[in-house]
Amino acid sequence: MTASESRPPELGGNLVRRLFVRLGILPFFLIAAIVLFSSIEPRFLSPGNFVNIARQSTYLLIVSLGQMIVLLTAGLDLSIGSTIALASVVTATVMGGMLVIDPTAVWLAIAAGSAAGIATGVLVGSVNAIGVAIFNVSPFMMTLGMLSIAFGLALTISGGSPVYGMPDVFGTTFAYDRVLGIPIPIYIGVAVFALVYLLLNWTRAGRYLYALGSNARAVHLSGIHGVSYLFLAYVLCGLLAGATGVLLTARVQSGEANMGQELVLQSIAACIIGGVSLFGGIGRVGNVLLGVIFITLLTNGMNMVRIDGYLQQVVLGAVLILAIIADQTRLRIAGHTLTR
Amino acid sequence: MRTLSPDKQRSGTHDEPLPLARPEAELLTLRGVSKSFVGIKALEDVDFDLKAGEVHVLFGENGAGKSTLINIIAGVLRPDHGVLTLQGQNKRLSSVVDARKSGIAAVFQEFSLAPDLAVEENLFLGVEPGRMGLLSKRAIRRQAKAALANLGFRLDPAARVGSLSRAEQQMVEITKAVLTEPKVIIFDEPTASLTEREVRELFRLIGRLKAEGVGIVYITHRISEIFEIGDRVTVMRDGRKIQTVALEDVDATRIVELMTGRHIGNLYPTIAHKPGRTLLRLDKLQTADGSVRGVALEVRAGEIVGLAGLVGCGKSEIGRACFGLCRLAMGSSIAFGGDLITRPTPRRMLKRGLQYVPSDRRREGLMFERSTRENISLPMLADSELSRAGFLRRSVERARARHLAEKMGVTPLQMESPVIQYSGGNQQKVVLAKIMSQDMKLLILDEPTVGVDVASKAEIYGFLAGLIETGVGILLISSDLPEVLNLSHRVYVIHDGEVRSHLAGSDISERNVLHSFFNNDAARSAQ
Repeated sequence: MTASESRPPELGGNLVRRLFVRLGILPFFLIAAIVLFSSIEPRFLSPGNFVNIARQSTYLLIVSLGQMIVLLTAGLDLSIGSTIALASVVTATVMGGMLVIDPTAVWLAIAAGSAAGIATGVLVGSVNAIGVAIFNVSPFMMTLGMLSIAFGLALTISGGSPVYGMPDVFGTTFAYDRVLGIPIPIYIGVAVFALVYLLLNWTRAGRYLYALGSNARAVHLSGIHGVSYLFLAYVLCGLLAGATGVLLTARVQSGEANMGQELVLQSIAACIIGGVSLFGGIGRVGNVLLGVIFITLLTNGMNMVRIDGYLQQVVLGAVLILAIIADQTRLRIAGHTLTR
Repeated sequence: MRTLSPDKQRSGTHDEPLPLARPEAELLTLRGVSKSFVGIKALEDVDFDLKAGEVHVLFGENGAGKSTLINIIAGVLRPDHGVLTLQGQNKRLSSVVDARKSGIAAVFQEFSLAPDLAVEENLFLGVEPGRMGLLSKRAIRRQAKAALANLGFRLDPAARVGSLSRAEQQMVEITKAVLTEPKVIIFDEPTASLTEREVRELFRLIGRLKAEGVGIVYITHRISEIFEIGDRVTVMRDGRKIQTVALEDVDATRIVELMTGRHIGNLYPTIAHKPGRTLLRLDKLQTADGSVRGVALEVRAGEIVGLAGLVGCGKSEIGRACFGLCRLAMGSSIAFGGDLITRPTPRRMLKRGLQYVPSDRRREGLMFERSTRENISLPMLADSELSRAGFLRRSVERARARHLAEKMGVTPLQMESPVIQYSGGNQQKVVLAKIMSQDMKLLILDEPTVGVDVASKAEIYGFLAGLIETGVGILLISSDLPEVLNLSHRVYVIHDGEVRSHLAGSDISERNVLHSFFNNDAARSAQ
């Protein structure tokens, strides 16, 4: 039993409190960040910076959507950072290798490299899925082990140094070019967001993913083959991490084994701040998007007001913990005693 | 914290008369207590008092405010308004620990036990006997044994709590509460998961606590219990106190009327017995874990067959085995609709038209934090009617789920709110609405009305009667004896994983069923 610390809400009173109970901490975080950064640095609110934030959000968004799918099933994926690194190294190696064989077949090399990168993600996701869905390894341990495996493979393949040799057009097309003034990664991010939204809200598979996280026993008793959908969750998460690896490789123009590590914490933070439950079964795609925007906005703002990169990590961790405390408080005020 | 000494309790009475033992003393009073949660009034201006040495029953439908009231008494919740007085002193209980220190202990349905610790470790959690910071394991063992024996609970003090059955865990919880030597004990539906014998033990214990001047607040949904152990009853409805009456002045009908605010006719409908073809036949059913041993029984279309028996007798496992939730022993099989099935799974059995309602809604039935709509529609999502080009037709889903919920009488109907907000009765209706979406030949129900208020019970029984009319067969597994006796056309009494007797028609009586139980107990103790 949890003891409720809250005082009763005064009737008709305290709008802020009621909004907090309804919407959670995220809107307050967003407003606070915007007010704070724009008062210190007016350029923060410029249209150029908006596009900038949107583009920067893309990578975190795609990873976070994968993380969200896994979190919904009451799982967790700690290996996405290493998956991104491995995908990046594989993409660069394959693309470079193809160019060496036939320097004129640029687009074939790009296609093969990207496909190899995404396939890498699917493969890592599948191994996670086999462990979690079939052998009942706890998601935490399975993906922690995979974190080490994928990172080790990425270092082995790359020899610890960046992998170069990709065509310039890869980077320009997938990271820098603009269509109608908007960078291409934003289009990709929007497309992935729409697909995941459709999957989770408009398909049977999506509904089963929520159901698995809410009560896997009830799913089994309803005659649904839950294992396949749990499997699907980790494969999708791996696929999205692989795709992120390819896109980031295009951006930095090299295969990097130390790429993406910060995205593990950031993706979990974006989901939790966006109201996804660590216990599974609860979470909305739209709110995860807001969580992603908030995290990106925070890093972008801290860069603009020149907060040191190391200190940024401290802030990020603190915000994550604050968000969880706020969520607990919210549940208490709402009078829920969700005992788990 | 007072020291705990079960030895002291064993004597039953104390040498010197307790100051609490004056029967008319007001031990606990609540005046004008209100509590609301974000706009919803859970309690409104409730008065309640408890005398030393009385059992005061709280009675009311789910959502009437009983839980909120006992949570306030137990220090879990703080009232918005109102005063709580304990032995003449105004108290503001700020926590459960605070309440315990003041002498108020509670046995909730949600246990406060650490599943990975042993029984004895749980009993003394936080008040471990020891010397100079070191635990005295021998003292713990000795005192735990004494305490359990004193209460008549047959439990191994070294057993891991997580490995115990729900009933056994409840015994640990009760023992733990009694060990704190409270002035007030709250029991929240304590008999829901106890066997007949354990219930006897519990009632004896309550009688002894009464004699010692302890005040007891008792919540139950079983009317027969109220008269058996209660002195007074407070009936609640919609967060208000309706009336407090001495039990010698009322009868069961009056109490139900007070509770529902209307007249309820016969709780159990008359169901015509028109047995059709055999749906389910078990011939020497054996489970791999040995909980069911050589059970033979038959369920036909158009009849309700009851399985009666004590908690843990294996009756629950019979239903689970048929639905594929409990592995069959090698060579064992079930016959359903004329086919022999050796490896049943929920998926296969559902396809054949067997539906199953588990006994534990929280663990196996519902997705608590998802909406009523999503819970009801979960099994129907696979229907081709609900998909178009791979996408769900949510309007069809919404309409069908709403239709089923309305048919089951879920009130107030909130399709999009999480089911955790519903009372037990409504939750069970959601479970039934969910299985109604599928074709059904045979329905197996395991404890279908645990934690369900009387009004909802009547509705659920009516629903079962309606199913029988349409030619469905029902296997009703229940520890609620009146329920089995009054609804079933035939009853199998299960004991120790075996069918002990088979009663039909006018032979179905409490006396005959109990006879089967007690003959067994007598036989066992003779061995």
